[in-house]
Amino acid sequence: MLEARDVSRSFGPVEVLHGVELALYPGEVHALIGENGAGKSTLMKIMAGYLEPTKGQILLDGQPVSFSSSEEAENRGVILIHQEFNLAEQLTVEENIFLGRELRRGFFLDKRAMRAEALRLLRELETRVDPDARVSDISVSDKQMVEIAKALSRNARVLIMDEPTAVLTTREAEVLFRQIEKLKARGTAILYTSHKLDEVARIADRITVFRDGSRVAIAKAGEMTEDQMAQAMVGRALSNLFPPKVLPQKRETVLSVSNFSVGTIVQNASFDLYRGEILGFAGLVGAGRTELMEGLIGVRPGAGHIEINGKPVRISSVGDARKAGLVYLTEDRKGRGLLLTKSMRENLTLLALNRFGRFAIDARAEDEALAKAIQEFDIRAANRAVPVGNLSGGNQQKLLLAKTMLAEPDIIIIDEPTRGIDIGTKQQIYHFIQKLAASGKSIIMISSEMTEIIGLSHRVVVMRSGRITGVLSGDDINEDVIVRHAMGLEGKVAA
Amino acid sequence: MTVDSATPTVPKQGFRIDFHVWGPVIALVALIALGAFLNPNFLSYGNVTNVLARSAFIGIIAVGMTFVITSGGLDLSVGSMAAFIAGVMIMIMNGLVPSMGVGWGVILVGMMVAIVVGLAAGLVNGLLITQARIEAFIVTLGTMGVFRSLITWLADGGTLSLDYGVREIYRPVYYGGLFGVAWPIIVFAAVAILGEIIMRKTPFGRHCAAIGSNEQVALYSAVHVNRVRLMTYILLGILVGIATIMYVPRLGSASSSTGVLWELEAIAAVIIGGTVLKGGFGRVWGTVVGVLILSLIGNILNLANLVSPYLNGAIQGVIIILAVVLQRQKKVER
Repeated sequence: MLEARDVSRSFGPVEVLHGVELALYPGEVHALIGENGAGKSTLMKIMAGYLEPTKGQILLDGQPVSFSSSEEAENRGVILIHQEFNLAEQLTVEENIFLGRELRRGFFLDKRAMRAEALRLLRELETRVDPDARVSDISVSDKQMVEIAKALSRNARVLIMDEPTAVLTTREAEVLFRQIEKLKARGTAILYTSHKLDEVARIADRITVFRDGSRVAIAKAGEMTEDQMAQAMVGRALSNLFPPKVLPQKRETVLSVSNFSVGTIVQNASFDLYRGEILGFAGLVGAGRTELMEGLIGVRPGAGHIEINGKPVRISSVGDARKAGLVYLTEDRKGRGLLLTKSMRENLTLLALNRFGRFAIDARAEDEALAKAIQEFDIRAANRAVPVGNLSGGNQQKLLLAKTMLAEPDIIIIDEPTRGIDIGTKQQIYHFIQKLAASGKSIIMISSEMTEIIGLSHRVVVMRSGRITGVLSGDDINEDVIVRHAMGLEGKVAA
Repeated sequence: MTVDSATPTVPKQGFRIDFHVWGPVIALVALIALGAFLNPNFLSYGNVTNVLARSAFIGIIAVGMTFVITSGGLDLSVGSMAAFIAGVMIMIMNGLVPSMGVGWGVILVGMMVAIVVGLAAGLVNGLLITQARIEAFIVTLGTMGVFRSLITWLADGGTLSLDYGVREIYRPVYYGGLFGVAWPIIVFAAVAILGEIIMRKTPFGRHCAAIGSNEQVALYSAVHVNRVRLMTYILLGILVGIATIMYVPRLGSASSSTGVLWELEAIAAVIIGGTVLKGGFGRVWGTVVGVLILSLIGNILNLANLVSPYLNGAIQGVIIILAVVLQRQKKVER
């Protein structure tokens, strides 16, 4: 139905796509996988009319087309759902769904019809989002649902989705997959990317693998195992995604939290962290894990007792936390972690700027720190002056890790260490985390990826609805037990 | 996979003037050349001193404004604040003449008062913005009205004049100088150099840019967002006080029309100089260039007789809009 033929694309002198082919057929789900920067998003943008190919052509129904704009592509039924949402934050859900093609009755908006249609679409997606809610007030996963509702309302013939499940919970992803099945039955062609290979194996009919801007493999689903996909993506066998676990030799409590509450979101959380340990925090999205950590480092008002190395501490700001040797690496790289328009140097030293001179900043020391960080964390950038917004997600995450480590913390809280990062970089980051723990740092790792929790953690704390429902260790760290605690089927709720 | 495929960052090769950086400087040089061409007196010692000394008030304030805008804020109240400070300063000096006599003592007290009142005014603005969490635009729009109204009330709708004897002693602070350089110019230069160093070399300057760039990131990076914000308004208040100290000996009076539109000129100078209005990036030397561009336009119109000096505001307005357009083009290129 929609086909890319021998498509190349250059940005300035750099060619990022080298003559790739991709064909979508009605009623078929085509998964496009590859590491970050492999050219997936670029091809998607070209196919949806956001970018023009430097070479090659796009065919719709066998006819060459050149969409001069995404609007034209949308009118012809080709719709792209972006990784970063394209929603007007200050408008309501309903207004967003119909943005640009509002239903009218004469000169005025036909509010009633739009409302009914919006409700129908949202109900079809099994989401309880209120059409009157302002988009800025709804959760990330709801925003994804609104984007999908918007695409559905445009009668998509070809739906292109860039990592739709990255921000969805398992349950929400299930709803999305059911929707995809329905769309398939209607004859819609679907192209979609994901870093979650199990998901790809499950819902895709055909799989294309990109590496460094070229197609390296294409196969029917079922002909390719997850291992083969991963191998094709990185170009080498990924033997040890996770480093071997090295348990700390003795139990020395570094951080002890008791009866800690954050508003009504987190209630009476108590846990201990040992030196040299990786303590996983598992739970559903919205279980209060991030809020608990933000309370601990003082960006949210929290109440409770915290002891570090046996001494009670009071933390009411990130500065206090840093002084106590406690740092938090946010899950929101772009919104809270890095200054996207600034260079790597300014980002790297921001948290630990007090170490680079009290009155005047020592620029040479900063440069040295950057050189060291680039080497130590294998940060790859065209040059040091690029704004960090132009780095790939993996390199941004490495920079964030380097920035956090520059404060020389004892206790590191890492929230979603590998969200939206390709598998090769993931492996690197796992090894960094393991190395930090082995060198005597103590690590708290929040993750929604079960394999990560199981593969790295020495012990696992499970949270549900703002409460800690269990602390697991040893053989209890397995998917079944964790899920049962996260869903509330097992485990006591601390009084 | 070193860079995101959609946004390559290979630096362009070859010689290319970065208008974002050099635009204001080129404009300034062009204006100077134009001025010298139109009137031979333009580059005379007298005219240069006159232009620089007159631009010192706005310049000193604009340096402070650069910090406020860089950290994502705005202060509309500086013009009225200057008038209010001038009024209070004059009333206190006049009031002290009977007890302290005419002399430098009175003037030094007046100077202290100017700085303390400026600091207090900045503190009020800053606290309302950071603690009461009201938009900077609204807060300073409000205090702008309050200060303007207070000076009108203090002067009872007329003019507050400094005691004649004190005025005679105080005069050299504006008209005198050191080695032929007028005092306002010296103070302006000192403030600008210090400001440039603070902006570029100190954690405070870096923190201002970080807050203006993304407040959340700054907060999560242990920057004391509110404290730094508050400091920018206090710094600006103090600088308004210093500007007023230089301004009062010029006319020796204050009225409800003192400092009118200074806020707009100061903000315009900051933006022309390349500081981003939404915050996140600021440069003090650019602001200095911006101030000079604005005052040269007025000066050239006065000297040249080509265009009516009454059109000064119109030309300044066009320049301001042009400066922002040039900034935007840079962004699209990225």
